[in-house]
Amino acid sequence: MTSILLVSLMSLAIIKAAPLIYGALCGLMSERSGVVNIGIEGMMLTGAFMAFMGSALFSKWTGGVFNPNVSLVVGLLVGIISAALVAGLHAILSIHYKIDQVISGTVINLLAVGLTNYVANAYIDPTHLSGVGVFPVWKIPLLSKIPILGPIFFEHQPMIYLMFALVLFLQYAIFNTPWGLRLRSVGEYPQAADSVGINVIKTRYLNVILGGALAGLGGAIMVLESVGRFQKLMTSGRGFIALAVMIFGRWSPIGAFGAAILFGFSEALGVRLQFGDINHLYALVVVAALAVILTSIVWGINRLRNRSTKGKSPFLIGGIFTLGLTILYLANQVEFPKVSVPIEFLGLLPYVLTIIVLTGLVKRAVGPAAVGKPYEKQ
Amino acid sequence: MKNNKDPILSLHNITKSFGSVVANDSIYFDLYPQEIQVLLGENGAGKSTLMKILYGMYQADQGEILINQQKVVIQDPNDALRLGIGMVHQHFMLVPVMTVTENLMLGDEKTKGNAFGKLSKLDRETVRQEIIALGNKYGLQVNPDAVVEDLSVGEAQRVEILKVLYKGADILILDEPTAVLTPQETSELFEIMRSLIKQGKSIIFITHKLKEVLAVADRIAVLRNGKVVGHTTPAESSIEELALLMVGREVLLTATKGQSHPGKVVLNIKDLSIKSKSEVMVVKNFSLQLRAGEIYGIAGVQGNGQSELIEAITGLMQPHSGHIIILNKDVTHSSPRQITLVGTAHVPEDRQKHGLVLGFSVATNLVLQTYYLPPFSNGWVIYPEKVEENADEKIDEFDIRTPSRDALVSNLSGGNQQKVIIARELSRPINLLIINQPTRGLDVGSIEYIHKRIIEARDKGVAVLLVSAELDEILSLSDRIGVMYAGELVAEMDAKGANREQLGLYMTGSKKEKMLKENINQ
Repeated sequence: MTSILLVSLMSLAIIKAAPLIYGALCGLMSERSGVVNIGIEGMMLTGAFMAFMGSALFSKWTGGVFNPNVSLVVGLLVGIISAALVAGLHAILSIHYKIDQVISGTVINLLAVGLTNYVANAYIDPTHLSGVGVFPVWKIPLLSKIPILGPIFFEHQPMIYLMFALVLFLQYAIFNTPWGLRLRSVGEYPQAADSVGINVIKTRYLNVILGGALAGLGGAIMVLESVGRFQKLMTSGRGFIALAVMIFGRWSPIGAFGAAILFGFSEALGVRLQFGDINHLYALVVVAALAVILTSIVWGINRLRNRSTKGKSPFLIGGIFTLGLTILYLANQVEFPKVSVPIEFLGLLPYVLTIIVLTGLVKRAVGPAAVGKPYEKQ
Repeated sequence: MKNNKDPILSLHNITKSFGSVVANDSIYFDLYPQEIQVLLGENGAGKSTLMKILYGMYQADQGEILINQQKVVIQDPNDALRLGIGMVHQHFMLVPVMTVTENLMLGDEKTKGNAFGKLSKLDRETVRQEIIALGNKYGLQVNPDAVVEDLSVGEAQRVEILKVLYKGADILILDEPTAVLTPQETSELFEIMRSLIKQGKSIIFITHKLKEVLAVADRIAVLRNGKVVGHTTPAESSIEELALLMVGREVLLTATKGQSHPGKVVLNIKDLSIKSKSEVMVVKNFSLQLRAGEIYGIAGVQGNGQSELIEAITGLMQPHSGHIIILNKDVTHSSPRQITLVGTAHVPEDRQKHGLVLGFSVATNLVLQTYYLPPFSNGWVIYPEKVEENADEKIDEFDIRTPSRDALVSNLSGGNQQKVIIARELSRPINLLIINQPTRGLDVGSIEYIHKRIIEARDKGVAVLLVSAELDEILSLSDRIGVMYAGELVAEMDAKGANREQLGLYMTGSKKEKMLKENINQ
C-alpha cells in the first residue's frame, strides 16, 4: 500500500466535502444573524437545478457559439441567484411575517423538491436536455508540485478553490470586521444591537440572502463539477448533513470545514471500498490512526479556545498527535496480509469514526442565543 | 442645585398615550449640568416611558425636548447618542459572548483604515487603550478583554456605564440600576455617579427605592400616574414624605408586628452540607431550628449559599450530607412534591423562572400545587370550573390586579406576579413558609402588602424562613436573624438586638461568631 492511495482519498474527501461546506456556510450565515435555516437542502437543490438549467439552456439557445465554460459560468450565476431568491423567501416568511422558522425552512424544502421534480419530469426528460459538461481541473502551478499537500489541495476544479477562499474569508470577516461583529451581535442579543443603532431586520435579511447564495454554490458544484447534469433529488440530504456540519463546527467556517472533511472522508472511503482496491486491514488501521489524530486536534482546539488553562496537557495532545501520524506512516510502509471483512462492515467504519470524534470529543455546541426568535422592537 | 446655570436638558409639556392610557401627561422636567436628578415613581408611573421618549425609542404625542436651550428632535437612539444622551438600561444591553472591547465598539466600530468599508479590520487595540484610559479617568476599571458573560452583575453594569461614556454621552440616564445590585455594589455605583458628576456629566437616576434617593440625589422629581406630582431635594424631604408623594397615600415603611409566640420545632436542619454543580462546597455544616410562629431571617450578600440552602430544603437540589427534618419527618432526599405535601410553601427567588409558568393563565398558575387534588381534580381530569372559581376567589382576596383570570401571567406586573405566587402558596394548609427575596424589584405598595401577609402567616402559627438581600426587610420582619457567609451560618441573634452595622460586618465576613476552620475556597 502506498501513500498515493491516502492522498487520493484525501483529495476525494475534499471534493465530497465541498457541497457540505457551502451548505454549512449558508447555515452559519443565517444562524449567526439569528434565523434558523433548515431550508439549506431546498436552497441547494434549487441551486443545482437552476445551475443545470442555466448552463444547458444558455448553451442551447446560443447554439454553442461560446466556450462551454462560459455556459457553466452562466449556469453558476443563475444557480447562485435562484438560491438567494429562495433564501429571500425564507427571510420574508421568518423575519417579516415571523412564521416559525422551522416551518418556513420545511416549506422551502418541500417547494424545491416539488418544483424541480415537476420541471424535470415535464421538461428536462421529454426534451432530453443535456448538460454542457463540467469545469476542468486547474492545477495550480508550483503549489501542486508540493509533495502530498499539492495533490490533496491544489489539483481541483475552480469551485473547490472558491470554497477554500470563502472559508478563509468568512472566518476572518465574521470575527474581525464590523460586518461580522454586527452579524454576531444581531444573532446573540438583537436588543443590544438595536440600542446602538444597528438595523436588526436589515442585517438579518442581508445575511440570510447571502447565505442562500452560498447554498446555491453548494448545489451548483454538484452539477457543474461532478455529475454534469441534474438528477431528481440529487442533493439527497446533504443540506441536512450541512446543518450537522455547521453545528459540529460550532458555527465557525473553519470548524465547518474540519467537520465537513470528516464527512467527506467517510464518503470517499465508502466510494473506494466499493472499488475493492483497498486492503481491508489497511483501511481499518488508517481509520484508527485518523481517529487518533482528529482526537488530538479537537483536544488542541478545545484547549486553545478555553479561556482558562483547563483541558488536556499539551504534551498529551502532542504525544497522541505524533502517535497517530506514526501509525499512519507505518501503515503505508507495511504490507498487510489480505483479510476479507464483509464490505458492509467496512462501510460502517467511516460513520463509526464520525460518531466517535463528534459525540465523544466535541464539547456541547451552543449556538447563537437569539436564533429562531423573531425580533420585536419594544 | 446649580441655580446659576441654565438647564442642559428640558422637557416641555411631554404627553404620550398608549391607546386610552395616558403614560405621560404634560410633563415638565429640567436637568442642570453636573447634578444627579432622581426620577422617583412606582412601577407604571411613567418613568420608563418618559426616558424612552428622551432616548428616541418612543415619540411623544406632544411637547418638546430642549438641549442647551435648543429644540431637538430625537427619532431613534442614534439621534440621542449624537446629542450626548446615553442610557444605561435596566436589562444590560451587552452581548454576553463578546468581550468588553467588542461590546463597546459595536455600532460605531473603529477599523484599521477604511479601504473595505464594513469589511475592514477591527482596530481592537486602539479601543482597548481607550477603554483603559476612560476607566482610569472615571474610576471604572474593567478588563477590556473579559467576556461579558463571565462578569459579575456589578462589573457588567460598569461596562454598561463605560459604554455610554465611550459613545460620548454627557447626559446619562440610569434606569433602575440598583435593582440587580447587592448593597455593596450599590454603594460602589453611587461613588461612581458622584465621580462622574465631578467630571462634568449630568445624571438622571430612575428608581423607586426611597433610601437611595436621599443618599444620592441633588434634586428629586416624583412621578405618579404619568404626572409630575412634586419637585423636591433631599434636604427638604424625608422618606415618609417621598413615599406619600409617590404612592399617593400613607404607607407603612416598616412592618408592624406583635410579639411572636414560638411553638414546636417545624424545620430542623442538622449539619447540612451542599456541593454545587462544579463540586464546590457552597453550604457547610449548616444547622438551624425553626419554630412555629416565628420568622427566621437569613441575611447575607447574595451568592453565599442561601439559594442552594433553599433549593435543598425544598427538594430542588440534593444535599451532600446532613439532614433536613420537617415536623419529625426526614425529607432530606424527598421530592419537591413530597415536601410540599408535608405542608411546605415555597416562594422562590426567581419568580419568573421557578415560581410561575409564564405562558399559563393566572387561574392555572394559582393551582400549580394543587391541580391534582380534589376539588380541582379527581385524579384523572381537571375540573375547569373549580379552577376558575378558585381563581376568582384568590384574585379578590389577594388583590391581584389582572385584566382577567384567563390573562397570561407573563402580562402581569412583577408585584402582581408575586401576589399570584403568594396567593397560591399561602392558601394551602401549611406549617412552613420558605420565602426567598419576597419583594425584589417590587414597588412600595406591593412590598407593604406582601410583608403584611408574611406576618399574618406567622401569627397563624406558620414557621417562616425568610431569605433576603435587603437588610431592612430582614430587620423589620424577622424575630430571629442568622447571617450566612461563605456557606456557613456565621452569626445568629435575636432581631431585637440587631442593627445594620453589626449585620453588615458579619455579612462581609470581617467578623465571625464562630471560628472558621476551613478556608472559603477550600
